[in-house]
Amino acid sequence: MEIKRRDFLKVAAAGGLMVAANAGPALARDAKARITGAVGLLYDSTVCVGCKACVSACKQYNETPPSFSSSDELWDNPLDNDSKTYNSIKLYKDGTAEVKDREKDGHAYIKRQCMHCVDPACASACPVSALKKDEKTGIVTYNKDACIGCRYCQLACPFNIPKFEWEKAFPEIRKCELCSHRLKKGEIPACAEFCPTGACVFGPVEELLAEAKKRLTYKPGDSEMYPVERVNGRQMTERMVVPYIPRVYGEKEGGGTQVLYLAGVPFDKLGLPDLEEKPSAQQSETIQHTLYKGMIAPIVFLGGLVYIVHKNTKDE
Amino acid sequence: MKNTDFKALSNHMGGVSRRDFMKYCSVMAVGMGLPIGMGAQIAEAVTKAAKRPPVIWFSAQECTGCSEALLRSTHPSFEHLILDLISLDYHETLSTPSGHQAEAARAASIKENKGKFILVVDGSIPIKDNGIYCMIGGKTALDILKETSKDAAAIIAIGSCAAWGGVPSAGGNPTGATPVHQIIKDKPIINIPGCPPSPYNFLSTVLYYVTFGKFPELDKLGRPKFAYGRLIHENCERRPHFDAGRFATEFGDENHRKGYCLYKLGCKGPETYANCPTIQFGDVGGGTWPVGIGHPCFGCTEGGIGFNKPLFTKANLHLVTPPDTYPHIVEQQGKGVGASLGGVAVAAAAAGAAYAAVNGVVKKLDKEEKGK
Repeated sequence: MEIKRRDFLKVAAAGGLMVAANAGPALARDAKARITGAVGLLYDSTVCVGCKACVSACKQYNETPPSFSSSDELWDNPLDNDSKTYNSIKLYKDGTAEVKDREKDGHAYIKRQCMHCVDPACASACPVSALKKDEKTGIVTYNKDACIGCRYCQLACPFNIPKFEWEKAFPEIRKCELCSHRLKKGEIPACAEFCPTGACVFGPVEELLAEAKKRLTYKPGDSEMYPVERVNGRQMTERMVVPYIPRVYGEKEGGGTQVLYLAGVPFDKLGLPDLEEKPSAQQSETIQHTLYKGMIAPIVFLGGLVYIVHKNTKDE
Repeated sequence: MKNTDFKALSNHMGGVSRRDFMKYCSVMAVGMGLPIGMGAQIAEAVTKAAKRPPVIWFSAQECTGCSEALLRSTHPSFEHLILDLISLDYHETLSTPSGHQAEAARAASIKENKGKFILVVDGSIPIKDNGIYCMIGGKTALDILKETSKDAAAIIAIGSCAAWGGVPSAGGNPTGATPVHQIIKDKPIINIPGCPPSPYNFLSTVLYYVTFGKFPELDKLGRPKFAYGRLIHENCERRPHFDAGRFATEFGDENHRKGYCLYKLGCKGPETYANCPTIQFGDVGGGTWPVGIGHPCFGCTEGGIGFNKPLFTKANLHLVTPPDTYPHIVEQQGKGVGASLGGVAVAAAAAGAAYAAVNGVVKKLDKEEKGK
């Protein structure tokens, strides 16, 4: 097929002008705002002792089987979240790992589960809206009947949370859904209820954020009251404050999440990616909307190609 | 203050002071998981009872181990139990009379306490060949059980044999040994399995019944939850070794000497419900239970496990919990099979391209070009 350079440049310019004409701030998709009354978790790595009661409780109340990673198959010891593990505790170790929550020669724990983002990339990427953000609680829920198994959500999630059931004949996507089946009964997520130290607390995100910011103002070495189970509940435990990294992870990252983190060790060392404030869902949808607005650009582009091909095809 | 006036002792029943009596009532209460104040309530119920509750103890295909275990209890001591707390009207091993006199005593007690006595059964009941494999006084155990239980208020099946069949039911069950609950269906039955069970499981249950007039909370196999509500695995002192993956693999090896977990030697703790690690046996200090002395549990309380599952066959885990290990922040992935398959794919593609080049596919394309 012969395309004259001149013709090609003509079509490309025309197309570009078309796009430029249509593009503008009106197309940029706005970032989603936090839902008032949304619920989430606050995980404080300095309070966590790595007991893994949350891992056990999550398996128990979601009725998921154990994940074996040793040949004995004696313990539930997943190496990472997988199709049977929605929540896992991981260990950060450096050097001698002597001191807890210290970056050098120290160790720290991190809890990994779905972040229930304010502007979830998985829900944006899903072509059939199997992953949806609940309007009231903000929980990102999964509808197995809508899912087509394309796994775009796995590609989209910056935290690598949705897990595909490779081992099944009729696979689903598996991830934490903040125990919505328990919330319906007036209970709280199992990981928050069973955490003995109060490392994982549940509550409305506004209150969790307020509590997290309050903790950042505490003086290391002071004794303060930390809530257990619920952030606004009556159960409290007194503990000594440990130096925090001065940031609430999840306040703004990726547009904000409903699961917030506090730690004494830099978040990237704990496996939490350094995301910019603009959610990827917003960026990708902006590009999509720009390119496909009114279907003008596609029609022009394809029309142009058809024209060129037609011009260069000799009737034989 | 020890009482050294021996003449007065005969008036003071069993030589137990009020303080000791109150003490053991509290111990009983705590052992059942009741608040310590309940000890007083138990003491009151027991002493204020107009009449000591009558108990008939019927033995079928038993080894007398359960009675022997009871004889060795210290809180309360057995003589205190049968002289002060209950009226043991019939017990084949411990009866003073024997033969017809003993049988007459049983008949008289049943008549007098119709509907009010507790029937304790140890040993399984053979039912094969009309039950001739266990006969007492010319009657089959099956018949005696049926006729005695008719008028009983409740039945306590003590020992694994009475609770689920036990030893006589193993190895093909030649005599048709059957537990009590599969024969008697119309009376409340509590099962206290074990071979033998800790006597305090039985004693606590009896005292609870005497105090509150009802049985303690039972699980779906009719066993009191305070004693059989948890797996041995959940309370075992060697559990940290299990969680950390430290096992003995041979009797007498280095790890066995260090007291490591006996799971690989066939310990049935993970599938056996009992309170052995908690109260242990004999009141002689710590570590006096099978695992504590270095032998794997064989599941004597569990039907289908004890005397059925081979001693050194590994137990099935009911509750699979996280061990003492942690995954790293980033675990290595994609090694092994995945990588090598990728390599094979690349090699195959390269080979395919070479073949195509050599065998003239490209040549064909060239011909088409020239044809234009």
